[in-house]
Amino acid sequence: MSSTTAQPTLDPRDRGGPAQPLLIVDELTKHFPVYGGALNRQVATVHAVDGVSLSVRKGETLGIVGESGCGKSTTARLLMQLIKPDSGRLIFDGDEVGAPGGIDVTSMRRQMQMVFQDSYSSLNPRMTMIDSIAYAPRMHGLSAKAAEARAESLLERVGLHPRQFGRRYPHELSGGQRQRVNIARALALEPRLVILDEAVSALDKSVEAQVLNLLADLKEQFNLTYLFISHDLNVVEFISDRVLVMYLGQVVETGPVEDIYSRPRHPYTRALLASIPTLDPDRRTTVLPLTGDPPNPINPPLGCRFRTRCPFAEAGCAETTPKLAAPIGTQANPVTPHLVACHVAAAQQGAIHGH
Amino acid sequence: MSQFQAIGSIGVPSPPPIVAIPASPGYWRSVWGRLQRDPVTVAVGILLLTIFFVTAFAPLVATQDPTTGSVIGRLQPIGSAGHWLGTDETGRDMWARLAYGGRLSLLTGVAPVTISLLIGGILGITAGYAGGLVGTLIMRTMDVFYAFPSILLAIAICGMLGSGLFNSVLALALVFIPPMVRISETVTSQCRHLDFVEAARASGTTTSQIIRHHMLANVLGPILVYATSLISLSIILSAGLSFLGLGVTPPAAEWGLMLNSLRQSIYVQPYVAALPGLMIFVTSMCFNLTADGLRSAMDVRLAH
Repeated sequence: MSSTTAQPTLDPRDRGGPAQPLLIVDELTKHFPVYGGALNRQVATVHAVDGVSLSVRKGETLGIVGESGCGKSTTARLLMQLIKPDSGRLIFDGDEVGAPGGIDVTSMRRQMQMVFQDSYSSLNPRMTMIDSIAYAPRMHGLSAKAAEARAESLLERVGLHPRQFGRRYPHELSGGQRQRVNIARALALEPRLVILDEAVSALDKSVEAQVLNLLADLKEQFNLTYLFISHDLNVVEFISDRVLVMYLGQVVETGPVEDIYSRPRHPYTRALLASIPTLDPDRRTTVLPLTGDPPNPINPPLGCRFRTRCPFAEAGCAETTPKLAAPIGTQANPVTPHLVACHVAAAQQGAIHGH
Repeated sequence: MSQFQAIGSIGVPSPPPIVAIPASPGYWRSVWGRLQRDPVTVAVGILLLTIFFVTAFAPLVATQDPTTGSVIGRLQPIGSAGHWLGTDETGRDMWARLAYGGRLSLLTGVAPVTISLLIGGILGITAGYAGGLVGTLIMRTMDVFYAFPSILLAIAICGMLGSGLFNSVLALALVFIPPMVRISETVTSQCRHLDFVEAARASGTTTSQIIRHHMLANVLGPILVYATSLISLSIILSAGLSFLGLGVTPPAAEWGLMLNSLRQSIYVQPYVAALPGLMIFVTSMCFNLTADGLRSAMDVRLAH
């Protein structure tokens, strides 16, 4: 796969230079109100995404992992501005989104596209594949002929012959073929950043592998940057350069993929990795996998949100929320830092507590 | 040796030739194709067309005047000389009255539904797409109309506006708007949250483009099917209004009105008296079966 050191070729639309991250997310927060009771008043708040900060560097693939319900997909929709965040800033290639002097949401969306998990419901059942792919370019002023030509060449790029599949409807294609069309549709506006929200999770394993390889090829051809959201740790390890681990709407650990997978610092990350079934005796682990469900995001635990399931939890964990910082006793690499949100040194070292 | 070669040739399969699969016909053309393959819908469609043409060209197919007759020749049985379907209680030719009466009956079936389809469809799609306060406001207003049974509501509106063809069409249109709004709101709000609408939003498509290009094509099918099934109800309700003296006024011919005036003669000429009822039954049945046929022809997932 691509390496973190490779210098990406710069896009003509580039503004910030190679060192400027393509996307910086600062303290993104979204709470959903819960209505109920006799007068339909707001009775509770779901803390879906709580102060998430991240940055995606040009040409890299950032993987986001976490259990279902941890706010991965909400984060993706917030980034696309499909839901309005309560607070937080988005900085796309050095320009703040929606701020005076920055770029507006429409121009950001042209450079940032998304592939959804459900390949069937993300295609209009009344449109042919060519029409679906050519739709967005046409709405942005490309002539019908040029849009159709672009759609045909994109279909070819994702491995579907335009003469064979171009005039078909979604129900006439298989899941893998539909997801290829969805990828082509996302590329039709020539985006720089593609958010893949569980894009391969619904496919069976052999098709998943083909689509992953396709994604890797496309990334090289079109000079793309990926934000890859998945609950599948093997897939994330395969495709990502850096990984971000989320738990209950917060980032608990982030760093280069090798560091995270070989030396996880957060007890939650370790538990997640321990749950991967492996045939490799060297990768067997003694850490107990997680038990139970994550706490309800309507009423998340105070302080560290993982402490209710953490074998290392101390009294201090309930008092302050840990901030992302370099693991205790290490110096953070300034470019691709390995950061962890945990108070307890023993927890970061992974020692078994109390023995 | 030859074995290895054989295995080797299996290991490197030649790529399958690309066969251009004939393009799927457009959506509406494929619906039309499926309708043609459904024998019930074809039969019912032919029957409906026959009824339509007979009423449209009533002066050509029925040579006698539907509003004048001789009292001497009243209540002739079916098959009598000069009046093959008999005569009514004032001696008017039944065939002519049925043919002319079909015009008004079909009009009172189709017109209220068309009006309510336009108004109710727009309101419902707006409510479903906008949601929130606008949606709640529209839907709760419609709920008020649901408090009255539809026939009572129609009678009340007609009684208020006075009898007459126009007023009964208006009354029925008002009666049909709430269910039409409810159906369109449901399909629209279901469709609105599908990923392809989100994807269109994510690529910077404007709201009006989304509604025109993505929502309407997916929403119109179910709404049209529902509207078709309402036509039969509309014919029956307007016949009911005429029966009560609130719709079309005599001496004009209309099936509901004819049913009412022939009611007293049912012991003298039961078959003649039943004719307008039979026509109402057959026509509304045809519209219902057409709606069923349309429903299955429009469902893409049933295709192939």
